[in-house]
Amino acid sequence: MKEDGMKESFIIQVRGLFAYYGRNQVLKNINLNIEENKITAIIGPSGCGKTTLIRCFNRLFEMAPDSSSSGSILYKDNDIALHDPIDLRREIGMVFQRANPFPTMHIYNNVLAGYHLNGRHLKKSDADRIVEETLKKAALWDEVRDKLFQSPQRLSGGQQQRLCIARTIAVCPKVILLDEPCAALDPISTYRIEELMLTLKKDYTIVIVTHNMQQAARVSDYTAFLMLGNLIEFGLTNQIFTSPKNKRTEEYITGRFG
Amino acid sequence: MTIMMLRLGYKYQKFQDRLATCVVYFLTFLTVLPLFLVVGYIVLNGFRHFSLDLLIKNPAPVGEAGGGVLNGIIGSVIIIVIAALMGIPIGVLGGVYLAEAKESRFKHILRIAVEILQGIPSIVIGIVVYLLIVLPMRGFSALAGGVALAIIMLPVIVISTEESLRLVPHELKEAGIALGVPGWRVSLFVVLRTGLGGVISGILLSLSRIAGETAPLLFTVLGSQFFSLKITQPMAALPLQIFNYSISPYPEWHSIGFAVSFLLLIFILTINIMTRTVIEKMSYKRR
Repeated sequence: MKEDGMKESFIIQVRGLFAYYGRNQVLKNINLNIEENKITAIIGPSGCGKTTLIRCFNRLFEMAPDSSSSGSILYKDNDIALHDPIDLRREIGMVFQRANPFPTMHIYNNVLAGYHLNGRHLKKSDADRIVEETLKKAALWDEVRDKLFQSPQRLSGGQQQRLCIARTIAVCPKVILLDEPCAALDPISTYRIEELMLTLKKDYTIVIVTHNMQQAARVSDYTAFLMLGNLIEFGLTNQIFTSPKNKRTEEYITGRFG
Repeated sequence: MTIMMLRLGYKYQKFQDRLATCVVYFLTFLTVLPLFLVVGYIVLNGFRHFSLDLLIKNPAPVGEAGGGVLNGIIGSVIIIVIAALMGIPIGVLGGVYLAEAKESRFKHILRIAVEILQGIPSIVIGIVVYLLIVLPMRGFSALAGGVALAIIMLPVIVISTEESLRLVPHELKEAGIALGVPGWRVSLFVVLRTGLGGVISGILLSLSRIAGETAPLLFTVLGSQFFSLKITQPMAALPLQIFNYSISPYPEWHSIGFAVSFLLLIFILTINIMTRTVIEKMSYKRR
């Protein structure tokens, strides 16, 4: 962790966050800082609140019925509760566990969905440029350049997931939240997405929830370990995986439970 | 001994199985029998009297032979269009509301109201529209008929829209919201767009339902012997013509009644086939 003088580089700061579904407490006093242009992995056993935590970042959590939370999350030093959720979600994009391209739009329009759904019309030349640049960034251009106007449902699962990443980065967010993006993918597609994350790191801050500890170890700079809604340990990935301070972290990453 | 008993048991099971299959086939046959009887009877009697004149001529005056039901075809189309213009937008938006809005007391009441509306006999709706529109306007009119039919199609569209939108995966909605799209835009441009196939087939089914409604038209449109395009005046409609020709004392009119029934049947059948096509072509398929 960095000293106080470097506070500016924390793009998201979580302060004493509690979250509940009904009376069920899913996050208990979470404090953590997400550093800009780094990859932060959130690991932990199923049901530990990983997904809930990142869904708090873009205020998707509050859409769920019966949800409530306390504490605060600062995005660029401003409390997100005071932020317009619509604008916030344009700054903090999200990619989901199951690839979910819009089945009613072809690939080209899927990339531009963030513009079209908001009623923003682009000049054809701008639209073409955005689609090409974005798909190149998402490492998908070479595979789909000849089928831009086909249904995304013909693509493989990994390609669909990269299309979803493209759709997310097309609207130029600052942060990308990835909720177990490789859970449904084979190792090769997973490898491609991991490579992609490492290149995207230059331009975006990435927070990834993953079940796969090797994945966290391979790609992330920082790792947070959650268990039963508690943040057990948070620090440099290297340190967490080589010399964890907490016994439970050690037990989890060595596969003794979870 | 034991093997023989097992074999007997097996044969008994096989017999039970056959028996159950026979019963199911028989009940299926009983279910579709009335359909074939009705359709067969109409086709047999209607097709015999079907002619081009029926489509291009207006009714002949009493005592004269020949004539057609052009005024009824046009009238039915006009009344259905009026009903659709009112019923479709309100019904679809109502369905979107029920499927997408947060649970609330108002929504609960609305859902119950729609279910009750669906159960109200069409003749009652006809009387209500008679009191609310025909009496104040001092006259029967195609407009009043359109309103009555719109009320009848409304719950069908609301319920089918809600049900098709509920089938749209939640992930797609979240994808839209996570892109920073306001909720109502996601409802219209993602959820409604994805479920559009189901919504359209619901609309088509409601159209085929109202195409044959007769009772509410008796109180509202009245019917007419003449060709008319004025929606503030009484108008002819196919179901009314079937009614009038069939209760008349003249055999030739009976045969015209059958021919018009046949025409209406074809019309409704066409809508149903269109519905099937829409369901197959547009419905959202999961990978």
